[in-house]
Amino acid sequence: MEDRQVLDFEKPIVELQKKISDMKDFASGANLELSREIQSLESKLEKMRREIFSSLTRWQKVQLARHPRRPHTMDYIHLMTTDFLELHGDRCFADDKAIVGGFAMMDGKPLLIVGQQKGRDTKQNLYHNFGMPHPEGYRKALRLFKLAEKFSKPAVVLVDTPGAFPGIGAEERGQAEAIARNLREMSVLKVPVVVVIIGEGASGGALGIGIGDRIYMLQYAWYSVISPEGCAAILWRDAAQAPQAAESLKLSAEDLQELKIVDKIIEEPPGGAHNDPEIMALTLKSEILATLAELEQLPIDTLLQDRLNKFRRMGVYRE
Amino acid sequence: MDWFKKSKRGFTGSEKKEIPDGLWSKCPECGEIIYTRQLEQGFWVCPNCSYHFRIPSQKYLDMILDDGHLEECDLSLESRDPLKFKDSKKYPDRVKSAQAEAGMRDAVRAGMGKIGSVEISFAIMDFRFIGGSMGSVVGEAVARAIERSIERNVPLVILSCSGGARMQEGILSLMQMAKTSALLAVLAEKKIPYISVLTNPTTAGVMASYASLGDVVIAEPKALLGFAGPRVIQQTIGQDLPEGFQSSEFFLEKGFLDKIVGRSQLRETLILLLKYFQR
Repeated sequence: MEDRQVLDFEKPIVELQKKISDMKDFASGANLELSREIQSLESKLEKMRREIFSSLTRWQKVQLARHPRRPHTMDYIHLMTTDFLELHGDRCFADDKAIVGGFAMMDGKPLLIVGQQKGRDTKQNLYHNFGMPHPEGYRKALRLFKLAEKFSKPAVVLVDTPGAFPGIGAEERGQAEAIARNLREMSVLKVPVVVVIIGEGASGGALGIGIGDRIYMLQYAWYSVISPEGCAAILWRDAAQAPQAAESLKLSAEDLQELKIVDKIIEEPPGGAHNDPEIMALTLKSEILATLAELEQLPIDTLLQDRLNKFRRMGVYRE
Repeated sequence: MDWFKKSKRGFTGSEKKEIPDGLWSKCPECGEIIYTRQLEQGFWVCPNCSYHFRIPSQKYLDMILDDGHLEECDLSLESRDPLKFKDSKKYPDRVKSAQAEAGMRDAVRAGMGKIGSVEISFAIMDFRFIGGSMGSVVGEAVARAIERSIERNVPLVILSCSGGARMQEGILSLMQMAKTSALLAVLAEKKIPYISVLTNPTTAGVMASYASLGDVVIAEPKALLGFAGPRVIQQTIGQDLPEGFQSSEFFLEKGFLDKIVGRSQLRETLILLLKYFQR
């Protein structure tokens, strides 16, 4: 494991893991009986991991959400579905690789799945534009949502973006209009929509595909009106104050549940989703299937009225 | 013309930002020295370069609405501090000083009014209040303005002026985009007209929600519009931005505006549009 793939607060855990695996190798090589020692180290590891992960700061959660080994949209698609048929293009301008989408089978159930896609290395990241969509990405997503509606298939949305791309082309082609239109159209889409924030949920770039009947968040994902760096740059005039901004913005899954934005927090495996992507995907899949089964019971008018009410209620003010 | 009439209420607070108090005013765009009364009579538009001075919401009410009259609603809506947000200032303190400065409870005023005798639901944002930013109060007031439109079956006009979502209310501000846009879907289904007027600036969270969703979207000349701020874009791409980038004229050219309308023509244009959309 390369060093850059280990976060600072993960280091003691990783070191202990290495010690345990070394001891296992040594024991089997030298034919020694060390199982009691190994067992005690393993329980120590578990305790340490629980301690570290139970007191994570918001900034540490942001780092977990950006972990270089964290599963991305395509990982979940492969782990949760079969026969994924990716569909491309917005029929207007281009195919935006920062958003992927298509139909797939989830335990034999056909559905649409759409999400932002990040890369794992520089080449992939350039290809997917770091998961930062252009307007054509939002328009592609809307085209697919409309297809799902037309053929009565539910939609699953996986949100993972550091933001909609701030560039010349994005502005020229109407980034704001594309996002705004999605907000309006998704709020009346006549099929069940389940949204899961799987990693980063930065601002309008996340919300632009994030309207649905349920909004779930993985335990260490974040979701906010602005990235901690962006907020720090504006309010503290120093992007290095991002950890402080992360605290102020209350962007963790727990915060969002408290603020009644998120319906459910989906627990991650010990040490985070990257520590066991298969288990994470299995948990996520069963949540999605259970939710869709529930939503599909509702008459469409009820579904849409509930969805409208859900967003209508959001906000905190006095009067 | 009755819409030149001074409002009975006037407006409180200082307007030091762009509206000059003195006998003579200087245009921030071309440097022209203008007799302030002349400027006032000319809709606060520079007679030399037609730069549109940023003006408080009350002046727009005087210019646009019949008798300058808005039957204001939801006057008691007020921000809370759900995040206990603190940067250099505590959020409640920031709100208090904005209230004192702008003489408003928050960055929006909404209610019922008439334009050319046509009853409308109207909402207008005011940049003096924390940059016209949208938090829960702005979102709620705009949502209710849309609902009044639906309930009374009258057209909706929203005049935007905002830097975007209000950071100090975090995710709640972001969700105001969803809330207002979802209600606009209902409005659209009822075939009730919505005219969105963009003034300088209308960007980010406001531009990426209700401001972009008008049946007709019109903007004042030379307003800064767009999703991302020019500085953010500049930092991201590491090069200078083209001249006129993200101006009203730029977005008209790119196909995202129906029309650019100078302030002196705004009321007449709205009257005409409302006439065309009347059922």
